[in-house]
Amino acid sequence: MMQPDAKLAENIFQKPESAATRDGFGTALLELGESNEKVVVLCADLAESTRVLAFKEKYPKRYIELGVAEQNLATVASGLANYGKIPFITSYAAFSPGRNNEQIRTTISLNNVPVKIGGMHAGISVGPDGATHQALEDLALMRVQPNMTVLSPCDSVEAHKATLAAAAHNGPVYLRFGREKTPVITTADTSFEIGKAQTMWESDHPADVTVIATGPLVYQALLAAKELEHAIPVTVINMHTIKPLDREAIVAAAKATGAIVTVEEHQVAGGLGSAVAEVLAQEFPVPQEFVGVKDKFGQSGEMKELLPHYGLDAAAVVAAIKKVVARKTI
Amino acid sequence: MSINEHDIREVELKAEAIRETIIEMLVAAGSGHTAGPLGMADIFAAFYFRILRHDPKHPEWEERDRLILSNGHIVPVRYAAMAHAGYFPVEECLTLRKFGSRLQGHPEREKLPGVETTSGPLGSGLGQAAGIAYGARMDGKKFQTYCLMSDGEQDTGNIWESVMFAGANKLSNLTGVIDRNNIQINGMTEDVMPLEGLRAKYEAFNWHVIEIDGHNIREIVDAVEQAKAIHEKPTLILAHTIPGKGIKDIEFDYTWHGKPPKKEEAEKFLAELRTLKGKIMGEHQ
Repeated sequence: MMQPDAKLAENIFQKPESAATRDGFGTALLELGESNEKVVVLCADLAESTRVLAFKEKYPKRYIELGVAEQNLATVASGLANYGKIPFITSYAAFSPGRNNEQIRTTISLNNVPVKIGGMHAGISVGPDGATHQALEDLALMRVQPNMTVLSPCDSVEAHKATLAAAAHNGPVYLRFGREKTPVITTADTSFEIGKAQTMWESDHPADVTVIATGPLVYQALLAAKELEHAIPVTVINMHTIKPLDREAIVAAAKATGAIVTVEEHQVAGGLGSAVAEVLAQEFPVPQEFVGVKDKFGQSGEMKELLPHYGLDAAAVVAAIKKVVARKTI
Repeated sequence: MSINEHDIREVELKAEAIRETIIEMLVAAGSGHTAGPLGMADIFAAFYFRILRHDPKHPEWEERDRLILSNGHIVPVRYAAMAHAGYFPVEECLTLRKFGSRLQGHPEREKLPGVETTSGPLGSGLGQAAGIAYGARMDGKKFQTYCLMSDGEQDTGNIWESVMFAGANKLSNLTGVIDRNNIQINGMTEDVMPLEGLRAKYEAFNWHVIEIDGHNIREIVDAVEQAKAIHEKPTLILAHTIPGKGIKDIEFDYTWHGKPPKKEEAEKFLAELRTLKGKIMGEHQ
């Protein structure tokens, strides 16, 4: 059943609202424009699709255009943050942090200045644009940089809160957003705290497995839990913060259920699954299955075609749950 | 405001003290870059002892001019200049590149107050300087932002993205300085990847360009004064320098880009520098 403390949206299994996580970013920026004069927005020629157009129109003096220059996007933002501003930089994740990874490493993370990096169109769900634009390694790139906080919100409402939290956090932050509309799971009343995992689904009986998911695929994890409601008791955790990772929640889940499935729209190498496995290996090893992209590039197609093809939908989560439960030794 | 002969001599003496410290610190470190730091000693002396509005005792003073070093590998010259200016004791220079030192092999903002930015990977300083200048202009701040670059790093794409950005935004509170010493690791710049006509390239991107002898204190100071007076666009000071300047065995020799002098060599070089200092005093007295 839905975890009541999470205060999630009702009827998410019948007729959920849908919105893109990038939209939550856009609305939060408008709010920040009003509330925090230090916030400036930098964009590399993608104002509309990265959802910063409204900010540009309302606060033109605090919008800085870089053109198609992602390396400069990072370095100019570093300078602005060094001076005292709170810059948000936006492009597609494939280019930022894809193309400008070294500039982010040296001039943002090592410099330790509070630049907020919005990586848009992340994951395979961007669809028809194809493999060049489907960033599947951005979480890995960002989580290995010291000083960097990494956020991966599950829906537009959480994306809004994550963006506000990023502005308030005094350090570099990477925020991952998707292009496509996806179900809105959380509400204004759902809590959001950087580094604090959130249980979204609990069964009436002691659970046999914990599914730890991040980003819009949290919804697929919830669908899987619902489908197995009368067969396998499952706990679903929304891991919106990839770094700092909520180690306590992971260890508690491993101890309570003895098996873990991780779910992410990302390569299984280096992302959420790897991060969770690092914790389990050190603290409390239990069987783990990884739902994610298995060392492949994406391709053109619609989200509804791509998710099943790459094993990222609810059916893939159900299969992973069954597999990991079968592997349990206790 | 131009500079008088007495003040020129003072700056020149500082430059020679900086050169001596560079040799001493490189010998102590046992690794590091020699030619670049020596070639930029006059420019660093002019900045730290004449041009910059700064307070060595309060490196975070908000109204200070920002001096961004983009080519972080020549940082020994910056450390030496900062030490002689009073940011930290000159003796600390001998900790360069040592475990636990604030004087990292390439400068780090969080390690040593006053270095402004972390640098080393080439090409990212000008964008940061442009960001600082942009932010300062938004808030009506009066300080200047300077960015010192190497000629070799003009090979990078990031530099030209920043040149385009600063020119487009008419960042007149930003001044770039290129150490045009014509060498990079693999040889002469014009053999490795030709840069000329560098002046025309910057001008085409809406920059004002001044060419100077980078060892002539008067020309350095006057060029910066001129840059401050230009309000329509950013200025580039193309400073022609001699790599390894001050030590005949090192001058113009690109093999000295990335190695330190050996102890025996250093003794000879220091003697040569001390003779040079005597010559400067003689010429001006």
